[in-house]
Amino acid sequence: MAVLEADAPPAGTGAPPVRRRRSSERWTPYALIAPTAALIAVFLIYPIGNVVYYSLFKYNVIKPWANGFVGLDNYRQMLADPLFWNSLAFTTKWVLVEVVLQLVFGVVLALLINESFIGRTLARSLVFSPWAVSGVLTTTIWLLIYNPTTGFARYLADFGIGEYGTSPLIAGNSAFWAAVVAELWRGVPFFAILILADLQSISGDLYEAAEVDGAGPVRKFWSITLPHLRNAIILTTLLRSIWEFNNVDLLYTLTGGGPGHATMTLPLYVARLAVDAKEFGYGSALTMSAFVILAAFSITYLWFSRMGREDKS
Amino acid sequence: MSSAHSVAAPGSERVVNTPDSSDDGSRGAGRRRGSSLARARRTPRWAIYVPLALYLVFTLVPFYWILLFAFRETGSTALFPWPLTFEHFGTVWNVAGFAVFFKNSVIIAMLTLVLTTVFALLGGYALARFEFRGKAAFMVMMLCTQFIPGAMMLIPLFDIFRAAGLINSLWSIVVADTVFHLPLSLILMMGFIRNIPIELEEASWIDGCGRFRGFLAVALPLLKPGIVAISSFAFIASWNNFLFALMFLNSQDQFTVPVGLSYMLGEYSVDFGALAAGGVVAVVPVVLVFAYVQKFLVQGLSAGAVKG
Repeated sequence: MAVLEADAPPAGTGAPPVRRRRSSERWTPYALIAPTAALIAVFLIYPIGNVVYYSLFKYNVIKPWANGFVGLDNYRQMLADPLFWNSLAFTTKWVLVEVVLQLVFGVVLALLINESFIGRTLARSLVFSPWAVSGVLTTTIWLLIYNPTTGFARYLADFGIGEYGTSPLIAGNSAFWAAVVAELWRGVPFFAILILADLQSISGDLYEAAEVDGAGPVRKFWSITLPHLRNAIILTTLLRSIWEFNNVDLLYTLTGGGPGHATMTLPLYVARLAVDAKEFGYGSALTMSAFVILAAFSITYLWFSRMGREDKS
Repeated sequence: MSSAHSVAAPGSERVVNTPDSSDDGSRGAGRRRGSSLARARRTPRWAIYVPLALYLVFTLVPFYWILLFAFRETGSTALFPWPLTFEHFGTVWNVAGFAVFFKNSVIIAMLTLVLTTVFALLGGYALARFEFRGKAAFMVMMLCTQFIPGAMMLIPLFDIFRAAGLINSLWSIVVADTVFHLPLSLILMMGFIRNIPIELEEASWIDGCGRFRGFLAVALPLLKPGIVAISSFAFIASWNNFLFALMFLNSQDQFTVPVGLSYMLGEYSVDFGALAAGGVVAVVPVVLVFAYVQKFLVQGLSAGAVKG
């Protein structure tokens, strides 16, 4: 009886029917996921526990003499730290600007390269190409462009546009936009790829039916394309928001959070505390705040996107 | 999967569209041009080419700029790298130490690729072909890991690797990279495996194959696009990883290419020619991998991620 029960598929799952040939295979799936589960347990879950623990300690690798339990002092220090609040504000601005611009450009680009035209395959490869470029390499490329001696500034100045010896990275506001453009350059292809993949799954019949009814291109976009892309857009913007929130490589190397602390995001602040100052206790408290913010954001975002769907149907 | 093949075939929608318009045949080579309905359907050419050209300028000029500096003689301000020089490549490769960085990056990325792909195959197979207690919990756990930021794990991972004696070892990066890419790879792989009818494998069992041999003989060849996509994702992500290498490696003979580049960026007087050459060295493997997989990419994503 027990054997029979074990072989029956669990009720209520919409998964494919169980195809189990021998009862000896009962442990097979566990053996198959064991390496992954072990890696995640040891190198992701256990470390998260450690972050919680460290956040209650004064813990500096370079200056170990002052280490010890401090209770909630790190969190008090955080709430009183103007750099924490500034970095939080900047992170919000950074994520919002990046994700909105990447979405708009990404959708437009995907629509363009979904059309059939001569040279489409080549155009796709070229348009997608910055996708695989690393943050550090993006910095290398754009630093050459922004640098006063190697960049566009001197060539533009030759034509009387702007002045010699200027760089957008010198002032806070222009440094922000300089970083935004560099990140857009490598971020838009991600959206374009995922949106294009979803566009391909729209049946051509829908458009033909709409044309028979006299719908123009704008109408078709709003009534067919956009509703179809809805789920893909929700998912990609959420993933991208988290990704841009956590994006450290580019800002670390391009601006280092500067000038001053004008382009310091919260994860960049943590990374600088970890890498440069080896201030692990306070860094862990900041990490905890980032976890909470990310979790709250994700839940709110998914909740609102679900609400919207219910309104519609 | 079959619908996804149109991604790679530029002319395929013509084939798809022909049956609907009976007037096509009458004009022969003129195809759909001329019919009022077809004209309304076709986006004007300029509306595609003009914005696309503008975007391509934005995409390609930065690439051109780094190539310009990498191949141009020091001190030249010409907008063409002429006369060509390979001197900067000699500098980064031999003087700046990129020969070593490159070797380290290749070792790390290849090990990450192998580990990620093998574990993703094992786990993906378990999720696609078995029902077992804890499966839902495992999947939720995998999805949750997507929300964990790499930068946030620098501190606790540093401690673990220090306790394990792995600081300044390439293995610390391999492990960290694998852990971070594995969940997504595994879920994608599950989607790919599900797309292969289980009847194919069952037929091989009847022929006397075990589960393992049946999988190798029947399913694995069909999984090739998925495996290519997933392993190249892992390769590129690992090749590009900067923060872990910056934090966990501290002697120059262990540095990776991104760390080497970042140190060049931070120097007081930057040798821009050498920096650009270093950038080109960093991008070559990625471009090669990308050129090979980009047709699998959209195909893989539409087959695995969206449907799965």
